[in-house]
Amino acid sequence: MKREDLRRGAVAICVFLLLWEAGSRSESWFGYAVPSVSQIPPPSAVLLEMSRLMLEPSFWESAYLSTLRVFEGFFAAMLIGIPLGLAMAVSRTFYGITFPVFEVLRPIPPLAWVPASIIFWPTQELSIAFVTFLGAFFTIVINVIGGAQAIDIRYFQAARSMGSSTWDIFRRIILPATLPSIVVGATVGVGITWAVVVAAEMISGGGSAGSMGGAAGGGLGFFIWNSYVGGSYTQIVAGMVTIGIAGYISSALLRTVGQWITPWLNEG
Amino acid sequence: MPREAARKGGVRILDAVKMYGAEGSGVLAVDHCTFDVPAGEITVVVGPSGCGKTTLLNAIAGFHSLSSGSIYLDEEMLCGPGRLKAAPGPDRIVVFQNGALFPWKTNIDNVAFGPIMQGLMRRRHAYEKARQMMADAGLRGIENNYPGEISSGVRRRVEIVRALMTDPKILLLDEPYRALDSLTKSVMHEALLEIFYRNRVTIFFITHDLEEAIFLGHRVVIMTTRPCRPKKILDIDIPHPRDYSVLTTRRFREFMDETAAAVHEEAIKAFDAGEKER
Amino acid sequence: MSESELAVDMAPNVTSWALTRHRFSEWLKSPRPYLMLIGFAGFLGFWYLSVEVWKLPRFAEMPGPTQVLREWFSPDPTYGLSVFVEEYYLHIWVSTRRIAIAFFLATAIGVPLGLLLGWSVRFKQYVFPVFEFLRPVPPLAWVPLAIVMFQGSETPVIFLTFLASFYATALNTMLGVESIDVSYIRAASCLGAKRWQVFRHVIVPGALPFIFTGLQISVGVAWFSLVAGEMVSGQYGLGYVINTSYTMVRYPTIVIGMVTLGIVGYVTSAAIRFLGNSMMQWRVRELALGGDR
Repeated sequence: MKREDLRRGAVAICVFLLLWEAGSRSESWFGYAVPSVSQIPPPSAVLLEMSRLMLEPSFWESAYLSTLRVFEGFFAAMLIGIPLGLAMAVSRTFYGITFPVFEVLRPIPPLAWVPASIIFWPTQELSIAFVTFLGAFFTIVINVIGGAQAIDIRYFQAARSMGSSTWDIFRRIILPATLPSIVVGATVGVGITWAVVVAAEMISGGGSAGSMGGAAGGGLGFFIWNSYVGGSYTQIVAGMVTIGIAGYISSALLRTVGQWITPWLNEG
Repeated sequence: MPREAARKGGVRILDAVKMYGAEGSGVLAVDHCTFDVPAGEITVVVGPSGCGKTTLLNAIAGFHSLSSGSIYLDEEMLCGPGRLKAAPGPDRIVVFQNGALFPWKTNIDNVAFGPIMQGLMRRRHAYEKARQMMADAGLRGIENNYPGEISSGVRRRVEIVRALMTDPKILLLDEPYRALDSLTKSVMHEALLEIFYRNRVTIFFITHDLEEAIFLGHRVVIMTTRPCRPKKILDIDIPHPRDYSVLTTRRFREFMDETAAAVHEEAIKAFDAGEKER
Repeated sequence: MSESELAVDMAPNVTSWALTRHRFSEWLKSPRPYLMLIGFAGFLGFWYLSVEVWKLPRFAEMPGPTQVLREWFSPDPTYGLSVFVEEYYLHIWVSTRRIAIAFFLATAIGVPLGLLLGWSVRFKQYVFPVFEFLRPVPPLAWVPLAIVMFQGSETPVIFLTFLASFYATALNTMLGVESIDVSYIRAASCLGAKRWQVFRHVIVPGALPFIFTGLQISVGVAWFSLVAGEMVSGQYGLGYVINTSYTMVRYPTIVIGMVTLGIVGYVTSAAIRFLGNSMMQWRVRELALGGDR
């Protein structure tokens, strides 16, 4: 069954790539330019471009920079978000005070914070990091709260009746029980973080208004924008594919780490 | 009653075998089961959790296939060599363990669902009949409520009425009262018997509760632990109609004595084997 | 047990309006409203103090709450945008319009696709890999390509927003279908429903709660992408306002833009939640009254 699964998926992707290739080259192949699609560079050209880019150190530098930013912002979000979420889940009073403010700030898209962030923080890096942090922060906190609230009250009762202290309960019940939700929040959060990093890089480096701090110092988002400005469409798509791959690897990595720290979920 | 003649519902299980999983590492769930479910009677299958009795029910209903063997309904083959999986159908309706009343439909919408889906009667007639059957079962007044608003015991009764709307040949009940407390359960039992006396539909009932089995059944089949095979088959000759006073009669106690040892033996085996609750 | 006795005890006859009123009054009586006020007071107080009173170093250049409020509600704003200025509403309208188009398209395509993905194993095997293949590319990374692909400045922005929203909707719908308890499907088959009837009477209503959760997430994601798109390549719209306010050094307007975004975003999310609740009365009642009694 599994093999058939893979086979069908592979077939589908091949068909997709073929259609893409045909659509891109439709003008030269069929004499008719398919609207929109014919403007996209064909996958064969993209692949070629990517293999060329793989050999350029500056490209790897950009990739490294973006990845660094993602993980910086992401870990900051985890470091602050998880304790905050747990505190909110444990104390009704604290929740009552902080949650409404949290919920009011949450609908504001992270990118809307960019200008405020640039005004506030001394360096460009820090302002991007702050916005990145915001992106993942809200998701992680919400997931932590949800996970902690879902803990069956009987676990607490059982622990108390066996004489556990509050710290014990926290360490042995709340933390492990919330771990799966934290993992889910993290996996989703890292995707958002990538989106924000790429966006922030594009805005700082490019943007229609132009000069929000000048050349922000690279990163894949900047690379893509630059490719657009420079008219190299194939590079645009190559950049997109790279980001996609990087994003996928990050999520997969987190999922694996998640499975490793919550082994009890893997049975059955 | 003319209904009795037209709708029989006798099931015959012949040498049924069900194996899960790949060839080498398969798990045998049902091990050459052969027994009859007589038409127009209540047959109760008792066994420890996880023994495979639900698999048998699912095979009759058409949700699972058999690995080998055959099952007949009124001399017609449901599944067997050449066609290992029956098709689900309105002649064999299941009442599920955790209840399967559609939460997004009102109770009466649920009850009228069957005939409308099958196109057996016009909407107006279907709803009239639904209202009537609900009233007959003592469920008047909750037609326009949602299943989520009523207690689980009442939900179960609505589900049974829903099942009976299209005169099925056999009703398959998969531990329907497992999740109820014993006080509600005793009310459910009497309600079920009342429905049975009115409709005379064949009933195939699965449970792990021996007392429930002997109270309800014309015939009790005691299964071994997994893989399941009939260990003991009893015809309960306590006369119908029965009510709860039956529980304290001597005959009832005699049946309990006769079967308790067998059931307990299988329960211990299941415990030792570490059977997981489904 | 007489019939009438049974019937009266069996189900509460509460109207939804009474339920809402009751829940609201319970909320008022609890400490929650006061804690909420403390929270907001704390947040606004900190902002006010750090910017306008103590003038802390990092906060020096930021606009304080009184500044923002004065500007926002002034009939003749220094920087050009307030509740009295027509242009303000124009920007709100432009952004909302883009969201509406993108979101409706995304829902119209995403929900059926998600339903099919969840319902047909075969379909999923063919389509899902392609779906997942394109997903990791963040919305904004599509901007240059979208500009290249489409004419004008509106379409790329809407396309972007559509993409993000579409993925969220389709994924959640698919998960919704897959979460439906198989017993419901089996029960329907037993009762004689054919495949399309099962789809219509079980799958669609059963997945609806998940679909609505997905739609709320989807609209949030849509705003995220829209703002990004507007900041990079748009004219008019709230993202554009924030961007240009920064470059034109109109700092209070930045905050006005942010706050407006927050409000509009919240309203759209709440509207969906409200729509969902009215379409799924059964669920609201189940959660409020039931919980296996």
